[in-house]
Amino acid sequence: MHDLLSLRETETHDIRHLLTTAATLKDILSRPVKKVPTLRGRVVVTLFYEASTRTRTSFELAAKYMSADAVNIAVAQSSVTKGESLKDTLRTLQSVTADCIVMRHPSSGAAHLAAQFADVPVINAGDGRHEHPTQGLLDALTIAQAKGRTGSFRLDGLSVVIVGDLAHSRVARSNVWCLTKLGAQVRWCGPATLMPADASGLPVTVHTDLAEGLHEADVVMVLRLQTERQEKGLLPSVREYARTWGVNAAALRVARPDALVMHPGPMNRGVEISAEVADGVGGIRVGIEDQVRNGVAVRMACLYLLMDQPPDAHGGASSPTSTDVAPEVRS
Amino acid sequence: MKLALRGGRVLDPSQGLDRIADVLIEDGLVSAVAEPGPGVADAEHDVRGLVVAPGFIDIHVHLREPGFEYKEDIESGTRAAAAGGFTAVCCMPNTQPAIDTAAVVRQIIERAEAVGCARVYPIASLTRAMTGGQLSEIADLKAAGACAVSDDAFPVQDSETMRRGMEYCAQFGMVVMTHNEDQALTHGGAMNEGLTATVMGVPGIPATSEDIGAARNVLLSRLTGCRLHLLHISTAGTLDVLRLAKREGIPVTGETAPHYLTLTDEACLGYDTNAKMNPPLRTGRDRDALRAGLAEGVIDAIATDHAPHAPYEKEQEFDKAPFGIVGLETAFGLVHTHLVLPGVITLADAVSLLSAGPARALGLPGGSLAPGSPADLTVLDLAETWTVVPATMQSRSRNTPFAGQTLQGRARMTVVGGRVVEI
Repeated sequence: MHDLLSLRETETHDIRHLLTTAATLKDILSRPVKKVPTLRGRVVVTLFYEASTRTRTSFELAAKYMSADAVNIAVAQSSVTKGESLKDTLRTLQSVTADCIVMRHPSSGAAHLAAQFADVPVINAGDGRHEHPTQGLLDALTIAQAKGRTGSFRLDGLSVVIVGDLAHSRVARSNVWCLTKLGAQVRWCGPATLMPADASGLPVTVHTDLAEGLHEADVVMVLRLQTERQEKGLLPSVREYARTWGVNAAALRVARPDALVMHPGPMNRGVEISAEVADGVGGIRVGIEDQVRNGVAVRMACLYLLMDQPPDAHGGASSPTSTDVAPEVRS
Repeated sequence: MKLALRGGRVLDPSQGLDRIADVLIEDGLVSAVAEPGPGVADAEHDVRGLVVAPGFIDIHVHLREPGFEYKEDIESGTRAAAAGGFTAVCCMPNTQPAIDTAAVVRQIIERAEAVGCARVYPIASLTRAMTGGQLSEIADLKAAGACAVSDDAFPVQDSETMRRGMEYCAQFGMVVMTHNEDQALTHGGAMNEGLTATVMGVPGIPATSEDIGAARNVLLSRLTGCRLHLLHISTAGTLDVLRLAKREGIPVTGETAPHYLTLTDEACLGYDTNAKMNPPLRTGRDRDALRAGLAEGVIDAIATDHAPHAPYEKEQEFDKAPFGIVGLETAFGLVHTHLVLPGVITLADAVSLLSAGPARALGLPGGSLAPGSPADLTVLDLAETWTVVPATMQSRSRNTPFAGQTLQGRARMTVVGGRVVEI
């Protein structure tokens, strides 16, 4: 594995390997000294063409816990605003010794383009509405932990429903591939105007009725609603959306009693998710804080597996097991 | 000046001709298609084992001159045409300045006469600078030599403007060529709307946007009596519109392009911007319908929509890269390999769709080897297998999705006005 561009194109055994590694590395986060020397002297550049606080910070923390130097390029202050092409930006970053490039970009496929121009590993931190692979991985880790599946990372028999604006969601597109590769059944539920064309051609079942979508679900993943969707004529009002597709305690009654509620954040309380559900009132199981914590662990695993190998081994079949990671981590 | 092409398989669908013969040319015209034999000519070409066909005519080409010579110019574009077997091309008006005045029409014609390797017929814009507003001076443009009008990639959205434009063109017998698109349905789209775009997360261009555009233009053709030509048909729905229009006797013709006949939207997977054009590559169902449409005879012409772009323009994010691919040099190889050899259409159909069909659609000379016709010919080698190598193409640009493909069948030589074209 040279880059992490999409989970659709990532082999199932690589996904399991990333998750196993992340589960091991997560221990570091609960230590008093949150640092291992694994990536000392290596440089991780985060190149964000879109505003992001949590994903960028999560990558920076992951790099720092692994002792890498993290450099953030905020595009608003860079030469990109002077019209520099993605190709030239990447060539420049590479020539100033970036060892890994973490990129978020508003164009779908931008990470694939970046990987063509960069020799160093590229990690897609979200490209347009295409994919957000580390989000898909952290969601899978969160589900596996909540459902006691971390031994094998097999999610067979679990029904995961993703609710909301699926047309514009890169999170949903990473999750569908990741979760189905791990054996889960995935449903997409939302208004027809926010469902992408031919969604039923994906390995999902498509539902416009919330109760049908949530029926007996093991996991309810709620997507953020961009409130400007109503201005584009895709929804009559946020109010109608909240009343028809908002996940609240009443709606959750048709899901399994132990259903886990997740949200990639940031949440619009009272729109796609009610406050009581977000706060886990009345015994509702909520994985949102675990998602954030797992995000750092997953990103540590990605940096470790993509960077901690000699350059000539890139693209090879190297697949260290968690025991290979452990001694270094514990040093 | 007498020229003889000796012993070739002369294939002229316009006369139902397909036999071994000599083609004799005198003073720029075909003088005879005669039994093979000795004779007296100033220049002799032994074309035994090759096919001699009417010169191919591509009625949908972007030569980029004036204004975008870094992508292509009249010299390089017509050289690419000759390499692909084309003896005439019609060039689209999205130049800088646009082809919306007689002066630009004349400039292109003169430049083509000076440096061109093929005949060039300029297509003028229907509205000034293709803005969808004020009409271009149609009578003046026609007198200067414009062969048709089109706003091509900037389709007139306002139906009243289109109606008046077509009414105005009809009185001069000017054909209006339309790129068919209801842009309210396509805003921001970069590829065909469907499962592949959903997987890739790329905003879609629904097939219906083309079908609505085509249906509107066909209905306006019925209203105004204006001759309409539907450019680059990519959907089964627009093909249905064309079929229905013809059945109703509406004066409409239509073309499709080799890429719509050979590729689907899955060619975009991996975000290959060389598979990005507008209209976009559609589904296998659309491709199959278009193939059937060729066999059925509903489609009048194959045109390439040759649209050169510089490498740095295509080396961009998928949604930012410009639409369009080059097509002149791969057209015949693709049609022969993917349509003729598998038996979808006959070789005679292919030749007709590349010569007489487009000539009829726009009322251009050519498309026939009947005695007295202009001596525009294409010599084809049906056995040659070759690999598409962008770096060796005659076009100034390299943006083809067919790089690396091995094709069978290639143009060996073209003759324009009785002269062998040197490239």
